[in-house]
Amino acid sequence: MITLAHVLTLGAVLFCIAVAGIFINRKNVIVLLMCIELMLLAVNTNFVAFSRFLGDPAGQVFVFFILTVAAAEAAIGLAILVVLFRNRATIDVTDIDRLKG
Amino acid sequence: MTEFNTRDLVTILPELVFLGSIGAILIVDLFIKPSQRIVTHVLSILALAVTAGFVWSAAPAERVTAFGGMFVVDMIATTLKLAVLLTTALALVYGRHYMQERKLLVGEFYLLILFATLGMLLLVSAGNLVTAYLGLELLALSSYALVALNRDSAIAAEAAIKYFVLGALASGMLLYGMSMVYGATGTLDLARIVAATPDVQHPNLLAVGVVFIVVGVAFKLGAVPFHMWLPDVYHGAPTAVTTFIGSAPKLAAFGLAYRLLEDGLGGMSPHWSQMLAILAVLSLAVGNLFAIAQTNLKRMLAYSTISHVGFLLLGFVGATPAGYAAAMFYAVAYALTAVVAFGMIALLARAGFEADEIDDFKGLNQRSPWYAAVMATIMFSLAGVPPLFGFFAKLLVLKSAVDAGYLWLAIVAIVFAIVGLFYYLRVVKVMYFDDAIEGGTLVLPADRPLRWVLSVNGIALLGLGFASGPLFAWCNRAFGL
Repeated sequence: MITLAHVLTLGAVLFCIAVAGIFINRKNVIVLLMCIELMLLAVNTNFVAFSRFLGDPAGQVFVFFILTVAAAEAAIGLAILVVLFRNRATIDVTDIDRLKG
Repeated sequence: MTEFNTRDLVTILPELVFLGSIGAILIVDLFIKPSQRIVTHVLSILALAVTAGFVWSAAPAERVTAFGGMFVVDMIATTLKLAVLLTTALALVYGRHYMQERKLLVGEFYLLILFATLGMLLLVSAGNLVTAYLGLELLALSSYALVALNRDSAIAAEAAIKYFVLGALASGMLLYGMSMVYGATGTLDLARIVAATPDVQHPNLLAVGVVFIVVGVAFKLGAVPFHMWLPDVYHGAPTAVTTFIGSAPKLAAFGLAYRLLEDGLGGMSPHWSQMLAILAVLSLAVGNLFAIAQTNLKRMLAYSTISHVGFLLLGFVGATPAGYAAAMFYAVAYALTAVVAFGMIALLARAGFEADEIDDFKGLNQRSPWYAAVMATIMFSLAGVPPLFGFFAKLLVLKSAVDAGYLWLAIVAIVFAIVGLFYYLRVVKVMYFDDAIEGGTLVLPADRPLRWVLSVNGIALLGLGFASGPLFAWCNRAFGL
């Protein structure tokens, strides 16, 4: 039997992987975008689990909004990435260091 | 189930009018030549003015909700909306000349700012976690694109990607917190969350939610230790864009913090007020100390923003209506000062010259005594020198913190405000006592509205200082005092 605690643990693990990915990753900005998506999906898992166990559909409606916004967010993120690549010819996280101080 | 009611549409009328105008401007802008961009400019300011008119005339005497509590209009929302619309209009006036000189005066500049403003209007009226999230994302997504507007600038692209990644991280934190709050209380409605708080089955779940929501809000406000994006974004973005994102969104961030922490999680205030007190101390210290080391004026103002966020949070720590009123007054005062401070940089900039180094202001008094005086007024107001606007704002939040029993916090704030005086006065010293660097002749733009509005805005900081009594009484009324 899968209980709420199981699903919440899954959500927490996914969320931690995503946050760790953002902070540990030193290689590639695209991996950062993937981590951001994963983070939002972890939140969605939480919302669906709560919604199911509370018997309240509002949480699932919120998930649809989050999915839509995540799609728009990915589009804008990739567009900015294209601009960055055209200017710098690199998408290495370690090379994005011109602004400091 | 709540049924659809046409009265709901009347409640949301200002936003509907604004959305309609944005749509119209979007289409009009398609059919005009780049040389006629002034049409978009005038229409945008007109749309902001008309919306402000609707917000003002439709302002209800007491709290009104629409769409089953999704959308709330009260005096707090009305005040913040009017301030947001005014600040945005000022930012548009200050930014036009700068963007034109750089061939960046495109329709997107106006439309993204208008959509961001729509997001802010929704955000300050949020009565539900969904509305708060959607308003916030409309603001954030438009802002990311605005920062990257100058496609040929490597630092703008870098600033945009940093803003995007950290902004998305903040949204993720906020959402994770929201999911926990939803799980603990079983509702997304802020009014029902606060009602359900005393008898939740799993208080730990709610506490975890509060921590994540505080982190998310702190990211959006730019409080230390979640401030990393702020200096880079302010520095890298085109000055006209910095003028916008450095001013009006602070009002929206105040609205977000108030709606989530007080309207939604008011029952958890003993938990979050401690966290906000720590964030306030760190912001005051880091903001003021790091600002001293800056040579770039936009970066210096970014660190100054961080310290102002610390002051703003002083109003929150007591979790009292008097504190929120002081914090709202502070947010309005800060937005009106920040917009003209960045406007000054946009005024002195011209094609190929950014005017964003502190050294670029050397000897400004010899070249233009009037604008040197305006800049000095702005700096004194930011520093909090009486009798300027910024002084009364600081005084009121300090008083609210002392009244709430946070005397130590008020003392820390005053100490760092004195430290802060150093870097604001350095700008004044450079303007009045240093000689201009070679070749730094001042060419003021012919854009007359820019010069006039900027001067009025600068002098208004003095006038509003004297008129701060009625303004503060207004803020108090908004919070039922």
